[in-house]
Amino acid sequence: MTVMARRRTPGSYAVLVSLIVLAVVMLLPFVIIALNAVKTPAEYSSHGPLSLPKGVYLQGLKDFWERVDFGGKLVNSVLISGSVAVLAVVLSVLNAYALGIGRVRGRVSIMVVFLLANTMPQEVLVYPLYFISKKAGLYDTRLSVVIIFTAIQTAFGTYLLSSVLSAFPRELLEAARIDGAGRLRILWRVVVPISRPTLGVLFVFFFIWTWNEFFLPLVFLVSNENQTVPVALGVLQGQKMMDATTTSASALLGVLPAIVFFLIFQRTLTRGITVGSAK
Amino acid sequence: MRQTQTPAARRRRELTYAVYLVPSGALFVAVILVPFVMNIGISLTTWDGIGSPRWAGAGNYTKLLADGDFWASFGHNVALVVAMAIVPAAIGLVLAAALFDVIGRRFGPRTASVLRACVYLPQVLPFAVAGIVWAWILAPDDGALNETLRAVGLGSLREDWLGNPKLALYTVMGVMVWVQIGFPLVVFMAGLQRIDPALHEAAEIDGASWWRRFWYITIPQIRPELYVVLLICTVAAIKSFDKVYILTGGGPGNATRVPAFYSWQNFFEKTQVGYGAAIATVLTLITVVLTVVFLRRQARAEEANR
Repeated sequence: MTVMARRRTPGSYAVLVSLIVLAVVMLLPFVIIALNAVKTPAEYSSHGPLSLPKGVYLQGLKDFWERVDFGGKLVNSVLISGSVAVLAVVLSVLNAYALGIGRVRGRVSIMVVFLLANTMPQEVLVYPLYFISKKAGLYDTRLSVVIIFTAIQTAFGTYLLSSVLSAFPRELLEAARIDGAGRLRILWRVVVPISRPTLGVLFVFFFIWTWNEFFLPLVFLVSNENQTVPVALGVLQGQKMMDATTTSASALLGVLPAIVFFLIFQRTLTRGITVGSAK
Repeated sequence: MRQTQTPAARRRRELTYAVYLVPSGALFVAVILVPFVMNIGISLTTWDGIGSPRWAGAGNYTKLLADGDFWASFGHNVALVVAMAIVPAAIGLVLAAALFDVIGRRFGPRTASVLRACVYLPQVLPFAVAGIVWAWILAPDDGALNETLRAVGLGSLREDWLGNPKLALYTVMGVMVWVQIGFPLVVFMAGLQRIDPALHEAAEIDGASWWRRFWYITIPQIRPELYVVLLICTVAAIKSFDKVYILTGGGPGNATRVPAFYSWQNFFEKTQVGYGAAIATVLTLITVVLTVVFLRRQARAEEANR
């Protein structure tokens, strides 16, 4: 790149300014929500949504938290997403070991089937799953949602991880085999440690995706004490029973965990990429 | 070494690997394959979900072809494909090129990554939450958007954004663009790093403008990413049950209903389970065709590169 091209011309400042404006527009909804979540209802009704809050009023957030048992919803979401992420990473590794490293016959077709299973609309599975889970006594349990999403996320993980592992350095596998290590030992002692950055990224993806799921959890988690954060908030929103400050309180509480994930996600992703390139 | 293996040894070797597929194979059959086949079976019956299903053959499918409500919902879904795949991909391309070429090079990669993170943020949010935020901003009486319009003296433009049947679909489309543009941006920025800078330098020396280089170098080079983004976003648009459920509930009237929502209504509200299953099967067929076409193109492109 020439020195010329690196110069900050007026044109490049114009690009910078317009991108900053865009970034502000993207973030504005979050700012407005945060401002209104800390207003008193009286302040809101007299000054509207655009005024700055006079002080930090946390009662609205606290009331909402207690009313919907937000703590319980967080526990449900963490339990479900965490279990799915762990199980789906484990199963994806097992599958990818057979498909990517073992190169089992028919692996391309198997991978395509897994990918299709992940992309198909969940509407096509929902009624039979609803019917089966009722028969099996699993309907309205967190376990049913864990089982279903473990299958769906594993389908994607297998597709991704199999292509990653098919490029796994063969010399390492050979060396381990000459040392007398068996299949399982090679998987556990060689393949898993070396692929750890990728597995970390996959774990974070599975966790966030499962956390954000709405359709199947809405159908399967009907009772209040089993609901996840998005389902509880979505159902409340659908009932149109919340006033403006409660709505913003609910949105703020829903945004906060996502921001935490976002920061972790940024870190994992950057680290995953750096480790990959250092190899 | 491997070439010297006998067929029997090879089979044994494969078997010791195939064992690792058993746990998720069983899970896959129980959670995806069996329900999928059952859904197709149900779609060939008339069933209220309680009694025993009555055989209807292709009845649900012929009904579907003649059902104006279905086609209207299908049209709404096409609009959402525009809002979730085509528009975000186009905007994302320009943004990615601007961030990479201009901001990254002249103002430092940190600035570029902070700006990228701001645009990506809506992507990590559960849509249930983003939907609540927007429904609140777009509220007819004291929503932030209408209040802003009034504050700047454009009070006559105030609208019931999600409640006016003529506007609701466009409003939903606008919200979806906001949700979605971060995804193409991140994928395209990663893709731009693959492009050999020598291509751009040569074109620059030849006096090609930024736009010409964008059009003749960047876009062709980034085509694989473009296909991935279009496929994933289109599939996401077909699965927009949550968007519709939270923002509008399919309304006002049926102005924003999409097939995914329509099938859910048939399953759980109208208890026309057979018809709901038929809608779901058609949707699945569409995504499968899209995915297969994509995989074919991808395979062909990889072959061509070899």
